Amino acid sequence: MTTLEFTSFIVSIISASTPLLLAASGELVTEKSGVLNLGVEGMMLVGAIAGFATAHATGSAMLGVAAAALAGVAISMLFAVLTLSLLANQIATGLALTIFGHGFAALLGAGYVGIAAPTLPNLDIPGLSTLPVIGPIVFGQNILVYASLAILGTIAWFLRRSHYGLILRAVGDSHDAAHAIGYKVLAIRYAAIGFGGAMAGIAGAYLSLYYSPLWSQDLAAGRGWIALALVVFSAWRPLWLLIGAYLFGGITFLSLYLQGLGVPIPAPFVSALPYIGTVVVLVLISRDRRRIRLNQPACLGKSFHAVA
Amino acid sequence: MQFRLEPRGERAIFWVYASPALAIVLTIVTTMALFALMGAPPVKGIYTFLIAPLLGSAGISALALRATPLIMIGIGLALCYRANVWNIGADGQFTLGAIVGGGLALHFPNAPFFVLYPAVLLGGILGGMGWAAIVAVLKTRFNANEILTSLMLTYIAALLLVWLVTDPWRDPRGFGFPQSAMFSPNATTPIIIPGTTIDLGSLLAILLALALWQILGRSVLGFQLRVAGAAPRAARYAGFSNNRLIWIALMISGGLSGLAGIIEVTGPIGQLTTSVTPGYGFTAVIVAFLGRLQPIGVIFAGLLLALSYLGGDAAQIDLHLPNAVTGIFQGILLFYLLACDILILYRFKRLAPSPRPVATEALT
Repeated sequence: MTTLEFTSFIVSIISASTPLLLAASGELVTEKSGVLNLGVEGMMLVGAIAGFATAHATGSAMLGVAAAALAGVAISMLFAVLTLSLLANQIATGLALTIFGHGFAALLGAGYVGIAAPTLPNLDIPGLSTLPVIGPIVFGQNILVYASLAILGTIAWFLRRSHYGLILRAVGDSHDAAHAIGYKVLAIRYAAIGFGGAMAGIAGAYLSLYYSPLWSQDLAAGRGWIALALVVFSAWRPLWLLIGAYLFGGITFLSLYLQGLGVPIPAPFVSALPYIGTVVVLVLISRDRRRIRLNQPACLGKSFHAVA
Repeated sequence: MQFRLEPRGERAIFWVYASPALAIVLTIVTTMALFALMGAPPVKGIYTFLIAPLLGSAGISALALRATPLIMIGIGLALCYRANVWNIGADGQFTLGAIVGGGLALHFPNAPFFVLYPAVLLGGILGGMGWAAIVAVLKTRFNANEILTSLMLTYIAALLLVWLVTDPWRDPRGFGFPQSAMFSPNATTPIIIPGTTIDLGSLLAILLALALWQILGRSVLGFQLRVAGAAPRAARYAGFSNNRLIWIALMISGGLSGLAGIIEVTGPIGQLTTSVTPGYGFTAVIVAFLGRLQPIGVIFAGLLLALSYLGGDAAQIDLHLPNAVTGIFQGILLFYLLACDILILYRFKRLAPSPRPVATEALT
């Protein structure tokens, strides 16, 4: 493998991993507060089209990203109202969010098929971005790559070291106790769901404004679900989320790479690799029931209704 | 004015059935508002979407065609969800049914109908069951979340079908199109009402729903499944094997999805193509919930959601709206349904305006 190949290998892995990392980081925070939101795929799609449409209308990809985050928050609030205020089943509502997101994004995007929008530029620091190998890898990514890492670092710090992070985890592990102490369980969960929505929206914008910068209604291609699997894989720990996301980015890239090399494996098998990988990884991780039970937020998926 | 949710302490049977009705009304109103937003006249829009497609015998045929897979998959999912087994990969089981049954049909085109057709249907059922069995093994042996595994298997199944019809099973006389040869007449689902397109599949869907209704309502197994879903701990104390129930729920719903898949390809489609489902497996999730997780309810819910597919096509032709209207109608309906369902277990209670704090003199 030449240096050039190695560089493009790493760059491609990073760019395939970033949408997974963005969406999974948001879901991690949501789940840490005790809420299981299965609507990541739907929120990603809505974010993708909101970002694409805004970037197309304003000519600014960054405004597109902002709009995607807002759209993600907006649609996640539908889920929040239903599950938190109306005590609906989180699994069913999450599915509803994904089904609705698919339909809504397809409807909004009907007029955007085949149209180009501005794309997110790569960072370009004179002198640094042109360095061999580390130039493109360290100094030449697009802004969301850096943002995803910074946000994950912040989440890690927030959950482990900050006062509010402790409260969030308390709400996720025992909402009754947290409520009894006087913390506002619902307000905290609304915020956590909104954060998850914003991150899924941004992940969608990354897809529609950078990764495959044309609108299509199958843009997310299951990435929202893979992000959910990644959270389980990480056992709700940020560092492992990073490792998992890059591992999956690697698998996605490998499948593209093999196709490019003309390896005589039929293309559909190669495309199936990330999905097969997800199943395998889930199995490996979930076998150890004790570890899952130790790390999983104890109130994950349970509704909270304050008695007093 | 403020409201508070107050537990009823029991299930309000009235709201179990009133909630879907209310949700449908709210969805229709919202859809009309959406039509208005998109510049279509709301009344004409909803007429085009929900009523016009039903007029005439062609409309009924088209409705039956769409409702058949939704009902078949929906009754299986209803059973799964009752038992708290979250199979959302019915689309993949549907596809595998089409692949296994369709493979038989392609390889033995000259076998007589009375041998070939039952074998093809059986192949479809086993294909769906096999795909669901993967989920069951991973769940019961390795504790892997069935939501994620069943969904990933859906993507894998779709890619498997793409490979089959572009490579080994591609019709050599198909001008290079990625599709199989047409199935022989001996592997085609027979029409049961002459002059329409209503076929054996529709009859089977209704019969299976009735059969499952009887089984669930009267057998020990149905009771065990209900208890396992409603009170898992009670089920464990009663000694019901949880793994056994997971297997049963997944085999029944996988088999039904596979059957729906093979009937779809041996009926309306007539061959294997790159995509054999417009997302029936996901729409059937809504069908199951709207049908109150009961087989009879699923029949009616299946008909309504089938109508939303026809409505989407009609809205595209007559009103020039994108046919994505179908998906959004389905999504809104499920949201409203989940929201209205709160009335089954809770009532809204108006909070009495809190009495004005009386100024009290400081204690001295």
